[in-house]
Amino acid sequence: MDSSALQFVAGGLTAGAIYALVALGFSIVYHASHAINFAQGEFVMVGGMAAVSFVGFGLPLVAAVPLAVLAAMMVGVLVQRLAIEPAQAAQARLQGASGRRPDVVTLIIVTIGVALVLRGVAQLLWDKRVHSLAAFSGQQPITLPGGATIVPQSLWVLAGTALAVAALAWFFGRTLYGKAMQAAAINPLAAQLMGISPRGVMRVSFALAALLGALGGVLTAPITFTSYDTGVMLGLKGFAAAMLGGLGSFAGAVAGGLLLGLVESLGAGFVSSAYKDAMAFIVILLVLFVLPGGLLGARRSDRV
Amino acid sequence: MRAAATVSERTAPAAAPAAARSRPGAAGQRRALAGLALLLALAPLAFPNAYVYEVAILVALNAVVCVGLNLLIGYAGQVSLGHAAFFALGGYGSALLAVHAGWPVWASLPAALAAVALIAWAVGRPTLRLEGHTLAMATLGLGVIVSIVLANEDRLTGGPDGMSVPPLALFGHTLHGERAWYAVAAAALWLAVAMALNLVHSPVGRALRALHGSPVAAETLGIDSARWKLRVFVISAVMAATAGALAAHHGGFITPGKASFLHSVELVIMVVFGGMASVWGAVVGAAVLTLLPQLLTVLKDYETMVFGAVLVATMVFFPRGIVPTLARLWGRGAR
Amino acid sequence: MTILLEVEGIAKRFGGLQVIESLSFAVEAGQVFSIIGPNGAGKTTLLNLLTGIYRPDAGRVRLAGQDVTGLAPHRWAAAGLARTFQNLQVFFNMSALDNVMTGRHRHERCAMWPSLLHTPALRRAEADCRGRAVALLRRVGLAPWLDAEAEAMPYGALKRLEIARALAAEPRLLLLDEPAAGLNATEAREIDALIRELAAEGIAVVLVEHNMRLVMEVSDRVLVLDRGRKLAEGPPHEVAEDERVVEAYLGTTAEPA
Repeated sequence: MDSSALQFVAGGLTAGAIYALVALGFSIVYHASHAINFAQGEFVMVGGMAAVSFVGFGLPLVAAVPLAVLAAMMVGVLVQRLAIEPAQAAQARLQGASGRRPDVVTLIIVTIGVALVLRGVAQLLWDKRVHSLAAFSGQQPITLPGGATIVPQSLWVLAGTALAVAALAWFFGRTLYGKAMQAAAINPLAAQLMGISPRGVMRVSFALAALLGALGGVLTAPITFTSYDTGVMLGLKGFAAAMLGGLGSFAGAVAGGLLLGLVESLGAGFVSSAYKDAMAFIVILLVLFVLPGGLLGARRSDRV
Repeated sequence: MRAAATVSERTAPAAAPAAARSRPGAAGQRRALAGLALLLALAPLAFPNAYVYEVAILVALNAVVCVGLNLLIGYAGQVSLGHAAFFALGGYGSALLAVHAGWPVWASLPAALAAVALIAWAVGRPTLRLEGHTLAMATLGLGVIVSIVLANEDRLTGGPDGMSVPPLALFGHTLHGERAWYAVAAAALWLAVAMALNLVHSPVGRALRALHGSPVAAETLGIDSARWKLRVFVISAVMAATAGALAAHHGGFITPGKASFLHSVELVIMVVFGGMASVWGAVVGAAVLTLLPQLLTVLKDYETMVFGAVLVATMVFFPRGIVPTLARLWGRGAR
Repeated sequence: MTILLEVEGIAKRFGGLQVIESLSFAVEAGQVFSIIGPNGAGKTTLLNLLTGIYRPDAGRVRLAGQDVTGLAPHRWAAAGLARTFQNLQVFFNMSALDNVMTGRHRHERCAMWPSLLHTPALRRAEADCRGRAVALLRRVGLAPWLDAEAEAMPYGALKRLEIARALAAEPRLLLLDEPAAGLNATEAREIDALIRELAAEGIAVVLVEHNMRLVMEVSDRVLVLDRGRKLAEGPPHEVAEDERVVEAYLGTTAEPA
């Protein structure tokens, strides 16, 4: 393969891995609530910025990174307790008379609000400048067979993502609570009758989504830098990836993320670099028009 | 019980009192519209300088967008996360035709609106057939693509710095000055509110509310949900484009930032805050949330956070929005 | 008499379960046709199949001679069908009056510009529609609720509101899904009288009901559904005495009306 093409592939996979993490966060929350969490991108931002701060306080990288992820997880849980749950409760009270299922639009709107608050607070807590994080294992570029070069951080990104995906697969597939969460997504009432609390499932989902987002944030900060508004685009692109793979499908989120990263990178390299950012959104439109369920999502079946 | 007759005969207006019954609330609505006209006409007497006029024009035009968006969100139950794109396309469309194709503004403006209607139709038609929040995603994608294209095609659009827009001229007279533009914006607002209220209290409005109330029941009554949602989407897009075009010709300048996701979100916040299923709520929401940043210029840095907090607080504490919630409290208090 | 509903060999399966299997029957104008069966027999699925909400895997449905199989629900309405719902699908975001007025949708002119401008023609049409809606509300006994918001009305009133809304469509075929559920004896008797009135006017009424007294008193024909299949069909007293039906569903012979 041409070395520049290989370069684009390497870059695309690295970016794609981050999109995959963000997309997984979307899918987990969607799975639990059929809602799109527009604050997902902000979790990425919180992870990256928190890591920068902790390093600034003098902590070594090996401590700053996990602490940052933990901090983001706590933010995720807080967000869920203070904003999402009360909004759902308010909506339920509104729909109480008619007994309809809660409006998904509400959750979309609330998470947009949360995203704005997180971004606004970040702007005040930190500043508007771009910050970078030290690379985990140095910046010496590695030459791949074929002529392309990557920085070691890319390997961290890919490895970190692979590990996270494996851990999630283990959690949802083999642990009791993970399987309980799956059950709650399929039939909330039955799960409740079995003693699985839907609120607990939502909380864990948000915590996991925040963890994944923050992981992406700290892994990518040394390469792409971070600032108070990196969350916007990343969130939207991660969402596009989740849609591409099929909202609610975990495998789809990973596939969608990697695919989107590749499409973006190759498109920017061979077609037009000015429209790199637009690729993800063209993907959203194409998916909606052509394949509404995404690659691996459920096919549209009978309406009830 | 009474003797049998055909259903049609039985349901025809039997007695004069029933037929003469006017719509409950019609008189109140007429009074409110008259009040709005009065308010709009008299408000300038209190304006101390040109800057206040500018703010008023901004409020009025934002309200026009919000009234349209409110029809979509509150009555048709669909969220658009890219409405700012239609706003910007109205302005850019008219500007591009006027500047690069030499069209007079009284032709380029309607042409831009027609183009926006077409785009909205093209995007809405495939997506509105699907269940759920598909329109939200489609408009999100559209909005971002539009803002990126507008920023990149700098030969045509002047790129990220924007382009200048010729003034609006009708029958040889150029629309000039804040007073004239205020009259235009105020008239546009009044018309938007009047037509939206008319729509809500018409068979179309009932069909829309039915779709929002129970899509299943609406379909069994013969309401073609995809068709009606699409129509409302197109109307709301054209209303946004009209406001955008007026804003562009008034300001003499337009930038791609007007199409941004953030701007779209701001518009949604105005509608949700004001009241999702309330035309007057849309006006109030637009007014309050346009004035707020103007009044709190000191707190410019807090703007994002405040808007986000407003949105969350609304959904948690008064999810119906401020106007319907207040109307309810008033109704209860009056008893 | 004209046949208004013809069901030929319809079938529906969900995943591995055959919910409805090869069902055929016909309903004439002015007839009250009841569908009964134990829980899980497939009554709700059948109703959804009969209103276009589900699409049958096999078979055809004809409304007033027109083949409507596979068409979207709003097209079934155009063929003269209206229904009520077991779990109320009232428009809670509207007033009672607006609910019923919405029922007339397919008879209304719904053009955009007249609606935006409230032309005199539209205003006349609105007044007419309102008058009819008021008359319907009175007819089903909802006169005290003329000015009410739907969300303020009690359950029994809401069930009648749905009927009024369905009648506003001037249907030829009316499907009632458990109209007496949750109603007391007096209210159920009123529904009984209303159904017989509607049948006398030439409307075909298809009733899905658990209230045996209502079914036996009001029906011209009864179809018993058991596990998706027709167990018996005929006049009420015949069905009630059919051994298979007694065994599967009624337990003991139903009391004579």
